[in-house]
Amino acid sequence: MALKIVKGSIDRMFDKNLQDLVRGIRNHKEDEAKYISTCIDEIKQELKQDNIAVKANAVCKLTYLQMLGYDVSWAAFNIVEVMSSSKFTYKRIGYLAASQCFHESTDVIMLTTNQIRKDLSSPNQYDTGVALTGLSCFVTPDLARDLANDIMTLMSHTKPYIRKKAVLIMYKVFLKYPESLRPAFPRLKEKLEDPDPGVQSAAVNVICELARRNPKNYLSLAPLFFKLMTSSTNNWVLIKIIKLFGALTPLEPRLGKKLIEPLTNLIHSTSAMSLLYECVNTVIAVLISLSSGMPNHSASIQLCVQKLRILIEDSDQNLKYLGLLAMSKILKTHPKSVQSHKDLILQCLDDKDESIRLRALDLLYGMVSKKNLMEIVKKLMLHVDKAEGTTYRDELLTKIIDICSQSNYQYITNFEWYISILVELTRLEGTRHGHLIASQMLDVAIRVKAIRVFAVAQMATLLDNAHLLTGNMQRNGICEVLYAAAWICGEFSEHLENPMQTLEAMLRPKVATLPGHIQAVYVQNAAKLFATVLKSQEGNTDSTAAQETSQLMIDRLPLFVQSANLEVQERASCILQLVKYIQKLQQKDVEVAEEVTALFAGELNPVAPKAQKKVPVPEGLDLDAWINEPPSESESEDEQPKAIFAKEEPKHSRPRHTEVDEKELARRREARKQEQANNPFYIKASPSSQKVYQEAPGVEHIPVVQIDLSVPLKVPGLPMSDQYVKLEEERRQKARADKKKKEKKKRKEKHSGRGKKHDSGPESEEDIAPAHQVDIVTEEMPENALPSDDDDKDPNDPHKALDIDLDKPLADSEKLPVRSHRAAEALKSPAEDGETENAASQEPKKKSSKEKREKKKDKDRERKKSKEEKKKKKKHKHEEKEEDLLGGQADESVVQSDETSMVAEPPTSTSAEVSDLDFWLSNAPVPSNTQEAVTVAAAAEAAPEPEAPSGAAPDSEPDEPKDTEMEETKSSKHKKKKQKKEKEEKEKKKKKKHHHHHHHSDGGGEESVQNGTVEEEEPLPPMSNYCLLAENSYIKMMMEDIEQVYDIQGNLQDGSQVVVSVIFENKCDSFLKSMEFNVLDSLNSKLQRPEGSGPHDGLTVPFQLPPGVSNEARFVFTVQSIVMSQKLKGTLTFIVKNEDSSTHEKLDFKLHFTCTSYLITTPCYSDAFAKLLESGDLKGSSVRLEGVNMPFHHLLARICFHHHFSVVERIDSCASMYSRSIQGHHVCLLVKTSGQTVCIDAKCDEPTLLGNVLDEIKQTFSQC
Amino acid sequence: MIKAILIFNNHGKPRLSKFYEHYTEDTEQQIIRETFHLVSKRDENVCNFLEGGMLIGGSDYKLIYRHYATLYFVFCVDSSESELGILDLIQVFVETLDKCFENVCELDLIFHVDKVHNILAEMVMGGMVLETNMNEIITQVDAQNKMEKAEAGIAGAPARAVSAVKNMNLPEMPRNINIGDISIKVPNLPSFK
Repeated sequence: MALKIVKGSIDRMFDKNLQDLVRGIRNHKEDEAKYISTCIDEIKQELKQDNIAVKANAVCKLTYLQMLGYDVSWAAFNIVEVMSSSKFTYKRIGYLAASQCFHESTDVIMLTTNQIRKDLSSPNQYDTGVALTGLSCFVTPDLARDLANDIMTLMSHTKPYIRKKAVLIMYKVFLKYPESLRPAFPRLKEKLEDPDPGVQSAAVNVICELARRNPKNYLSLAPLFFKLMTSSTNNWVLIKIIKLFGALTPLEPRLGKKLIEPLTNLIHSTSAMSLLYECVNTVIAVLISLSSGMPNHSASIQLCVQKLRILIEDSDQNLKYLGLLAMSKILKTHPKSVQSHKDLILQCLDDKDESIRLRALDLLYGMVSKKNLMEIVKKLMLHVDKAEGTTYRDELLTKIIDICSQSNYQYITNFEWYISILVELTRLEGTRHGHLIASQMLDVAIRVKAIRVFAVAQMATLLDNAHLLTGNMQRNGICEVLYAAAWICGEFSEHLENPMQTLEAMLRPKVATLPGHIQAVYVQNAAKLFATVLKSQEGNTDSTAAQETSQLMIDRLPLFVQSANLEVQERASCILQLVKYIQKLQQKDVEVAEEVTALFAGELNPVAPKAQKKVPVPEGLDLDAWINEPPSESESEDEQPKAIFAKEEPKHSRPRHTEVDEKELARRREARKQEQANNPFYIKASPSSQKVYQEAPGVEHIPVVQIDLSVPLKVPGLPMSDQYVKLEEERRQKARADKKKKEKKKRKEKHSGRGKKHDSGPESEEDIAPAHQVDIVTEEMPENALPSDDDDKDPNDPHKALDIDLDKPLADSEKLPVRSHRAAEALKSPAEDGETENAASQEPKKKSSKEKREKKKDKDRERKKSKEEKKKKKKHKHEEKEEDLLGGQADESVVQSDETSMVAEPPTSTSAEVSDLDFWLSNAPVPSNTQEAVTVAAAAEAAPEPEAPSGAAPDSEPDEPKDTEMEETKSSKHKKKKQKKEKEEKEKKKKKKHHHHHHHSDGGGEESVQNGTVEEEEPLPPMSNYCLLAENSYIKMMMEDIEQVYDIQGNLQDGSQVVVSVIFENKCDSFLKSMEFNVLDSLNSKLQRPEGSGPHDGLTVPFQLPPGVSNEARFVFTVQSIVMSQKLKGTLTFIVKNEDSSTHEKLDFKLHFTCTSYLITTPCYSDAFAKLLESGDLKGSSVRLEGVNMPFHHLLARICFHHHFSVVERIDSCASMYSRSIQGHHVCLLVKTSGQTVCIDAKCDEPTLLGNVLDEIKQTFSQC
Repeated sequence: MIKAILIFNNHGKPRLSKFYEHYTEDTEQQIIRETFHLVSKRDENVCNFLEGGMLIGGSDYKLIYRHYATLYFVFCVDSSESELGILDLIQVFVETLDKCFENVCELDLIFHVDKVHNILAEMVMGGMVLETNMNEIITQVDAQNKMEKAEAGIAGAPARAVSAVKNMNLPEMPRNINIGDISIKVPNLPSFK
């Protein structure tokens, strides 16, 4: 055995290894291919051997050959063999080969799953590393799904070397298997704070990559990244984070404001150019995102522009390039600040480096104005002449056209100049952009009516000198302009000075050498010209001239009839026959001109490119409906030998029928198309001629031959654009002089009073009036066109799948598959399957409703936060801290009490995180629209989280304690985090206090204290809004204060929705499952059930409860009338599952919908409140409470908390309160206290409701 | 993301190609040819960025390259990468090669493309930058080479000897195509780290 190994290795010595192969290839330079093919044969032999070393050697050589372009996919299986070697050396060779040549359609990849899994869990870190590296190159959706869990485990490997690789590869896994993103994300997030900088950097890398595509999902990470940014010293990480912020700021302007300062600091402090550049870039992104000005806005812009100028002036070409690149970003929003550096940019146009010139060209686009357009274009034209190399020249050409045509020719004051520029551009040899010039000519001529005379004259000269354009190279791109020239001359032939001459020019024999589509236009427009000529000639008495013209046509057209191009042929023969007929008529002395011109009558108006698309679908027309019955899909059935024994004819009739129909349809369609094509009044989707060009045999593919012409091509008779520049200048001067004169006149008339010097200084933009009254015809749009934004997003973008909300809690169904194959999955019992499916289908629905509410809440919170923030700032002036602390205690006690009553929640981090973000963001000064201080409910004081001023606020209360609760249950690993959070929370509370004091100061002048009721020293007693619903030995149900969803439509007939949150707590040692929640509907209130279920069906609770766990479910009820409180009977059925048995259990409960639960805490201003009371619409009622033994502010807090009121105004021991029902009833209270008696006078527009509410208030206080 | 890493010499001969996206072998060769065509016609002292060619391009992609003596190092990256950062990464890559091969020259890359791949794998993984610290990269590469040697053990010795003999027999193996002035640093580009 040992001998065999030694022998094997000795044999191996004489095998060709990689070095030998390379050497051999170098020695066979002449017959490389032949040599390599013999080598491949050798390799095939080697691969057949059993010795893994030989195989590995062969695979190694194959990898090299793959680089040289040889397909080695045939050896895929051998590569897998080598990958599975136990020796690292061979394994590495195998994985390298696999990474180079495996891809998604390599079928043997299937075989690697287990091998890779084994390697991933290898004790040797390099085995794992090599497997990860390889996998990163060839991971497929299947591999990603099967290995996601293993890789996720590796993210917490002890070795940072593995950790960082595992983190990085997760990105690839996400791409291939998007479902893994949500379960893996928490851990990925953790890695942002990994002690190893490499791992941290990898995590930043992955998240940046993810966030770049779907930034909005990662906004909540901004605080974390901000921390990293201010603490990290690794430039790679910094750059990534700064780039990421650049992607996030457009979504959250407040983030930008927060970023400006640290970024500015970095710009000033860093010595690394790369970092500086990225900082500048992100600052630019921030500035772009901030639409409204902020005080140091312009300073930041100035800083950026100034730093960029330094970059551009640097001798290093790289920096120059990047500087220009960033400059072009500023240009979009702040053109003014860039325009001041025009000199620098024009200078860059002369740079020897083409990349830099191109960048400078980009910038020019934004620098033009009416004033300098001519000057800049003139400079560019000089460059065009100088430019060597067609690519750059073409680029210049397109830029000139771009610059001139931008925003609807906004900057062009003289279209004659522009036309002559275009004509000058036709002198360019070998450009690919003939069609661009042509379409510009057409566009201008069609849309600027005033220029047509001039344009036609120019085009006529162009046609006359066509030989100069086409020269020897008929297949030159520039001849495209002849298309435009011919069309313009034909269409606007009435402006031609000498139509006869042009007609002759168009019928020259040389025209036959032009590309077909141009000839076709020539022929067609020759006919138009012919019509014009006839018309002018028939006016004369001499009829011979007209007949001569016809003869000319008849002589020349046969040339085109012989054309190989179908279209030319068709048009020519058609027109030829027409002319022949005309000639006949002419010989009979019939006047025909009128009728011939009628052929081409009617004006063509420009149509907006999207016009066709925007034609609204007429009502009652369903485009998706079948016109004919759809072809049956059961055709395959017919082929089945079903009818063998049946005597009847197989039903062929229907499919045949549709087939005929389809043919018929196609025919009709064709006919219709033809009809449309021939109908001159049918406006096609694209009115411009570009479409025709696209279809034309690719001009781009024609090799362009450069010919050195020593004599510059000057088309005789063509005006030079320079001439127009001068003319224009003269014109402007004249205009100025005129103006001056006029002004003088005016001044004279005005007795030249105050001397305003208008004539001094350069003329401003507005002063330049266009040369001739050019009316740019606006493009036609169909009536009532729909403003539709085209969705340009590529539906195949793999990143689209990764647009996943990461903050939603994980559902069971989303867990990563653990070590199972599809086969194993299939074995699952159908019952279980159904269950998970059920859960999954339930989940999103619940979530979405929750989300909606949360969003609303967030908005509210956001608004409030910013307000608080402001208040806090002001507050710093009045420092009254002791009270704050006391107040904070009160809050904490509430938190604790809530904690005790609450039980672990599913990890709903959404609201917490988002609010964290808001909180964090609000640290930045927000210049929000300064409204008057909005009444903040006094309940805010009592509740752990201030009630939102409007909307479905009560829900927000439990969120905070939930959050802390959750934090506690988390492993101690996150202690740090937790502390941080707690700190934040405390801060938050402090702030809350602050703002109350602010209210103090606000109302400082007056006696009355607005809103901030509870500034007394005493802590508030804890209050909970969860009440016990029902309980037995298995389960405890607690109902949260009912919260309302305001009926958005405000449609009272439909009733209003009420959401009830119920916490289910498992109190026994068994597993509770299949919980069903059912309520007996009353006439007034109904439980909302999913569509399709009966009125007595229960709702499945979307979770199961392991022992000791609790979870919350929400149920939606529709309520018709809200003036009465009501009780609903309900049952909860569930299965208690032990190890050995499972029993059905049932729990009855009563849901009590009190009237107060229909009230929404709504702030109200005292003036509005007074108005309301005065209006007289409200009916009064009052109640007296005896023996209330609590401080007044407690009393108010209780009313606020339990009955959803807000304090409008409070004066000593008297307070007015307000609330509103979900159906819009106003409820006003005046609470007075003297001793132990509390008197509540109330008014409401619904007496029944008021009575019930008062009763409930009474009850609240009788309980204590 | 890095889409591809290419090394080729002044004549366009590929010395290493690493594509992080799948292309057929023919397309790969075409990309290499086209990239070479784009890069080679540029002067020495122009900027190192190039708006991508047709094949690998798309508006989001850029070619970032450096030219060392006889070799071009070209990275094709999208806009999520910092241009100057990538230039620096190329520098780190070349310096690492220099350390690992002890004064690297084109021949090292020609004959040991597998080793170059292994070094690259420690720097860039699946198109994302894995490590930028040269010492860390070298440590990991060395550790793996050590493992390889240990595995080859005695059996590997004769093979190595033969290969040494083979190399000795080759008079045409000059070591003079040095990449040479490896320490050229672009001014104003302070190294990362």
